[in-house]
Amino acid sequence: MACGCYSEMAGCGLAGIVNRDGKKISGKFIYDSITAMKERGNGMGAGYAAYGIYPDLAEYYAFHVMLDDLDYESEVNAVLNKSFKIVKSEMIPTKEVPSLYKKTKPPYFYRYFVEPRDDARLPMESEEDLVVRTVMTINDKVKGAYVISSGKNMGAFKGVGHPDEIGDFFEIKEYEGYIWLAHTRFPTNTPGWWGGAHPFTLLDWAIVHNGEITSYGTNKRYVEMFGYRCTLLTDTEVAAYLFDLLFRKHRLPIRAVFMAMAAPFWKDIEHYKKVGLEKIYEMAKMIRTVYASAMLNGPFAMLFAFKDGVIGFNDRIKLRPFVAAEKGDTVYMASEESAIRVICETPDRVWMPKAGEPVIALLNHCKEEDVCYPA
Amino acid sequence: MEVKQIGDGVYEITCGTTHYREVNAKVRELVNAGAQKVILKEVYGQRYIGTGIKGKVKIEVHGTAGNDLGIFLYGPEIEVFGNAQDGVGNTMRDGKIVVRGHAGDVCGYGMRGGKVYVEGDVGYRVGIHMKGYKNLVPTFIVGGKAGNFFGEYMAGGILILLGLNRKPGEDIVGDYCATGMHGGVIYVRGEVPKRYLGKEVKVFEPTLEDMKLLTEELKGFSEAFNIPVDEILSEPFTKIVPVSARPYGRMYAHRWGIATGLIK
Repeated sequence: MACGCYSEMAGCGLAGIVNRDGKKISGKFIYDSITAMKERGNGMGAGYAAYGIYPDLAEYYAFHVMLDDLDYESEVNAVLNKSFKIVKSEMIPTKEVPSLYKKTKPPYFYRYFVEPRDDARLPMESEEDLVVRTVMTINDKVKGAYVISSGKNMGAFKGVGHPDEIGDFFEIKEYEGYIWLAHTRFPTNTPGWWGGAHPFTLLDWAIVHNGEITSYGTNKRYVEMFGYRCTLLTDTEVAAYLFDLLFRKHRLPIRAVFMAMAAPFWKDIEHYKKVGLEKIYEMAKMIRTVYASAMLNGPFAMLFAFKDGVIGFNDRIKLRPFVAAEKGDTVYMASEESAIRVICETPDRVWMPKAGEPVIALLNHCKEEDVCYPA
Repeated sequence: MEVKQIGDGVYEITCGTTHYREVNAKVRELVNAGAQKVILKEVYGQRYIGTGIKGKVKIEVHGTAGNDLGIFLYGPEIEVFGNAQDGVGNTMRDGKIVVRGHAGDVCGYGMRGGKVYVEGDVGYRVGIHMKGYKNLVPTFIVGGKAGNFFGEYMAGGILILLGLNRKPGEDIVGDYCATGMHGGVIYVRGEVPKRYLGKEVKVFEPTLEDMKLLTEELKGFSEAFNIPVDEILSEPFTKIVPVSARPYGRMYAHRWGIATGLIK
């Protein structure tokens, strides 16, 4: 049924696919998967993230920038030029989707493939730090311009619309990637605007999220101490910055990152000790103490992607749905099992992960202990 | 969506990704015209299947049943050949739901009558706030394992957890089992770790009376999945019942009701 009709209350919906062999998958699959859960959104936000889509320009940072007005392009160009050599810049191809214009006027989308200038880095600053600083500068200082992704060989595509509308707008089916994330949004607490759609990304981290982060204030103040700026008017953004901080800057192992963000209850930590898991007990205690402000509270399911794989996880009492499946080298994650079945009729295994327990789907060539930080 | 008649009063609907509103409207239309059995093929998460229909109709679901399967169910019998998602039997009143696979979170929420049999595991918050009154007693039987908050705030009815697929060392149920429970009964095949149980309940060994009830209730499950009752009863059960009566009775009650002694 064409949904000119009303939309019922639902939650957001999310979907992710990763081919652990690194084989490319057409955007058609993630499009069909997320569109099967159209009911979970209300047409006020949808988006995609894809990895492996720019193989010819894989060594350059790909900045996807959203512009309220084409005139702001020169300012973005100027900011980028200060720290990067722009190898290629172009408008992101889009198609006219008439129904989109009934809601909002779509902004303009540019992509820049850039290489850091040798003299641009500040003392003690890494290349990635430079990218993060530039993203924060554009988001914070350039009026009407927002960086929606900034990783290598990846990109985010998002806006106000249903997942099929946004997918058609960006011609998602034309791209091929080895990792895909998608989201359909039902905004509740924050406005539905183009920049507020998911995924949220920074460097090559991308996040889609269903639920709300009630600890947003605490988390925001915490990441701001490390120079991140929350400018996108929504809670999910802060999770992307937390990942960058814990994963890349503090180089915590994967499981420690998730132990910080979906921390076990104190009573469960005590239980570790009782059953002789001394090491985990010590570790959990330290993480909860040191990273108290990095703990995400509230109901959520999240998919988190980076160049080496996808990790899905729930809040610690599972207040949002989350299903995972695998078939051969492909791992699927989604809010509803039907969204997986629609693109993979007979998975080898389907399961409902436990609360707070991350589902870690890394590429075959990656080992969990080796992927503490990108590049 | 494709509809065809395949027998006397038997119809088949190929659903695909058709919106649930269209599918459910079609099912109701067929039932109103006298259909006895409706077979839904290629189901991809269509929601609210079976709701709004009164009477003894059979609905088969082939594929993945969507959220709130059989919500407010009032008579029909639903059989799922595949898995079900969240909210199976939500606020169900009468009828039967058989799931030949696993089911998601919040199944049997506020259920007040009828039977639900799930062959495999169920997710979190299953059987929360189930209720019962006089001869309206719902039964929810899980063949596999359950997640946290099993039977939370349960107020009535019978909740049975079998864990038939449990591997050694695996928990049959998660944390906060029967927290806030104040009515009804939970039977678990095996033991529930004490740290998982709410403080409002006590654990007992089933009496002869309980075993009679269990045997009776397990008959339907046994028939549905072809597992002998004796085999299910071959391991000891744990009975969980509340130790308080109506602790929330006065919570949202009108002061007039309390003053006149109608609400105790």
